[in-house]
Amino acid sequence: MPSLSTLLSQGFNGLILGALLALVSSGLTIILGTLGVLNFAHGALFMLGAYTAYVVLGHTGSYVLAVLAGCAFLAVVGLVLERGLIQYYYDRNEEDQILVTYGLGIMIVEAVRFFFGGNSQQVSVPGWGEGIVSIGSLIYPLYRVQAVVIIAVTLLALYLLLYRTRIGLVVRAGIEDTVMVSMLGINARRTFLLVFALGAAAAGFAGVVYAPIISVNPDMGGSFLVDSFVVIVIGGLGSFPGAVVGGLAAGEIISLTSAFNAAYSDVMLFVVMAAVLVLRPQGLFGVEGRQ
Amino acid sequence: MTEFDSDEGQGVTRRDFLKIGAGAAAGIMLPSLWAPAALAAEKHQALGTYPAGVGRHSVFVGITVPLTGSYSASGKDLRRGYELAIEQINAGHDIARRWGMHGKGVLGKQIEYDVADSQTKPNPAVQAQTKFINQKKALMITGSVSSATAIALEKLAQREHVLNMVGASGSNDTTGKDCQRYGFRSQPPAYMVAQGLAPVLAKEMGKQVKAAYLVPDYTYGHSVFDSVSKATEALGWKTVSKQLVPLGTTDFSSALINIANSGADVFVNVAFGNDAVASSKQAQQFGILKKMKLVVPNISPFQYKEAGSDIMEGAYGTMDFWWGLEDRYPLAKDFVQAFEAKHNYKPRWTANIGYMQTYIWALAVQRAGTFYPVSVIKELESGHKVDSTLGEVWYSDYDHQLVRPVPVVRGKSSAQMKGKEDYYEVVGVVSGEKAMVPKGTFGCELGPYT
Repeated sequence: MPSLSTLLSQGFNGLILGALLALVSSGLTIILGTLGVLNFAHGALFMLGAYTAYVVLGHTGSYVLAVLAGCAFLAVVGLVLERGLIQYYYDRNEEDQILVTYGLGIMIVEAVRFFFGGNSQQVSVPGWGEGIVSIGSLIYPLYRVQAVVIIAVTLLALYLLLYRTRIGLVVRAGIEDTVMVSMLGINARRTFLLVFALGAAAAGFAGVVYAPIISVNPDMGGSFLVDSFVVIVIGGLGSFPGAVVGGLAAGEIISLTSAFNAAYSDVMLFVVMAAVLVLRPQGLFGVEGRQ
Repeated sequence: MTEFDSDEGQGVTRRDFLKIGAGAAAGIMLPSLWAPAALAAEKHQALGTYPAGVGRHSVFVGITVPLTGSYSASGKDLRRGYELAIEQINAGHDIARRWGMHGKGVLGKQIEYDVADSQTKPNPAVQAQTKFINQKKALMITGSVSSATAIALEKLAQREHVLNMVGASGSNDTTGKDCQRYGFRSQPPAYMVAQGLAPVLAKEMGKQVKAAYLVPDYTYGHSVFDSVSKATEALGWKTVSKQLVPLGTTDFSSALINIANSGADVFVNVAFGNDAVASSKQAQQFGILKKMKLVVPNISPFQYKEAGSDIMEGAYGTMDFWWGLEDRYPLAKDFVQAFEAKHNYKPRWTANIGYMQTYIWALAVQRAGTFYPVSVIKELESGHKVDSTLGEVWYSDYDHQLVRPVPVVRGKSSAQMKGKEDYYEVVGVVSGEKAMVPKGTFGCELGPYT
């Protein structure tokens, strides 16, 4: 049985891990919810964001610039992908969508490997994030705590965008009924383009924030893709609040299981996902019967 | 003598020549009349790709390395090792002569080769090598940067009766329960790593030491944990924490919190490649490297360059090869210089594996005087010592593990480095005989010859 301090440490860590997972998953769920496309290239877009941080931080040393560049670059990548490829797949079956985005992900990963090599690249924690905070017996990296604040602000902004603006209204209406939205004379195609770019930018943002914590390499997106799927299944496919709650839940599951045995943390995550699928197939925040 | 060597299959082999020489000395008959009779006696039955793969002027070697996937950087390094050795052997380079090769090529045949991408997965490697064996009649196959691939290729080699000079592979299983008659592995397995590392650690850090382990959850990780914890515990160390993490984990925070709370003095990080870099970096962020000394049983080829001196300074570990060994072994110096002249960086241990294995194979063929796989295997099993980039080495006959020294290194601080890639100091080299896996330890049963 782990000590109380270990449990508390892991509980705290779960919160932070969860916030990071929520951020990575939010882009995936926005695209899935609106466009109905399960974007298997999401992990690769996340990785591109981290590489943007690597390049921009390396050249300028400015974290703010890296964040802006990461979001902007990935938004552009999102626009190009949607216009060039994804839009032709909206009406095709899910297998085709999965295959095309999966293939796209591989191409992005190998392109990055071609230009940057397969080795891990170093992205240092920004100056203001260096150091350690001591909370009781727990020692925690300062940047991880700051990252949670950054993520909370971002998620709040995304929430306001989706729930308090006209664009958000159209997007959410598109989630409910795309045909009806079009019939009302709203340019749904342009909205879709915007949503894909927004989802990609969210992945890029997550990549930038995560870059100083993990090792930046072409394959880093893979495990996040898997975790993100679990998060949005638990939270409810296509639900933005679901991604946030699912992310926090996943973070706690991983961390608290690790307090007992780290080897089972992933297993527990899938056990919980299976339980959710059995007891509440639409996920915690999903609406039953929605496509 | 070289002319005789070159005529394998249609003329007189070196072994024949020696017989002829003996015959002539005894004054029985003229050598020229003896030759055809000796040849007839030496004809081998067709086996695997022999004799189909022995061309008039060349033989083919199939190489599979990961050029994509998580071990691609090491894969490229490994490939460069093979290519350098083949280039030197084919040209009859001075360095090839110093290894003991005669003339150009192997038995006068040029080595042709092709490199396929194994994608860091067993299946593509097996598919590509199967193609090399069937279409190009490869007489030797090689290349891998993970034990899973290495073991899959060994099985293929055994089935097809084609020699496999294993690439990078650190699991005990490769020459343990999964060993094969047709597979030969040069890299020290976890057991040898532990035998080399433990005494040095005990000497440098003392015997009353508590150790916490981060262990990737697959064969390689388990193998290394078992061997290292056993060897260090025998010297008085205590294992206080073992954190299993899945391969390819990116955020190690939850496992690291347990390690931070374990009260250990030493953090043994078994993770490999990108995982090793990520977990070490996060360990530093969690303040673990301030409290504990870092030990990396198997240091990845590019780990220091990727992780930086903040993390790697003072870290202990072993490597198949480090270029600093050029001070000890003349052939290592030749290798490092030739490699650096060509690629503009110091070779890593993956390159050494490719380079050394190619030479060991070529020398065995030369000694056997034939490419017939059974003769080459028996030559490798004979215990004949080869002077190499690691000094004198030889293959054990009971598990096909190379008996070779295990270098133990310590990461230098930036101030200690004399050059750009002067990352490690060699703090000890444990002899192969001392570190070698005793017969029967891991249940190796070499398969049949034919």
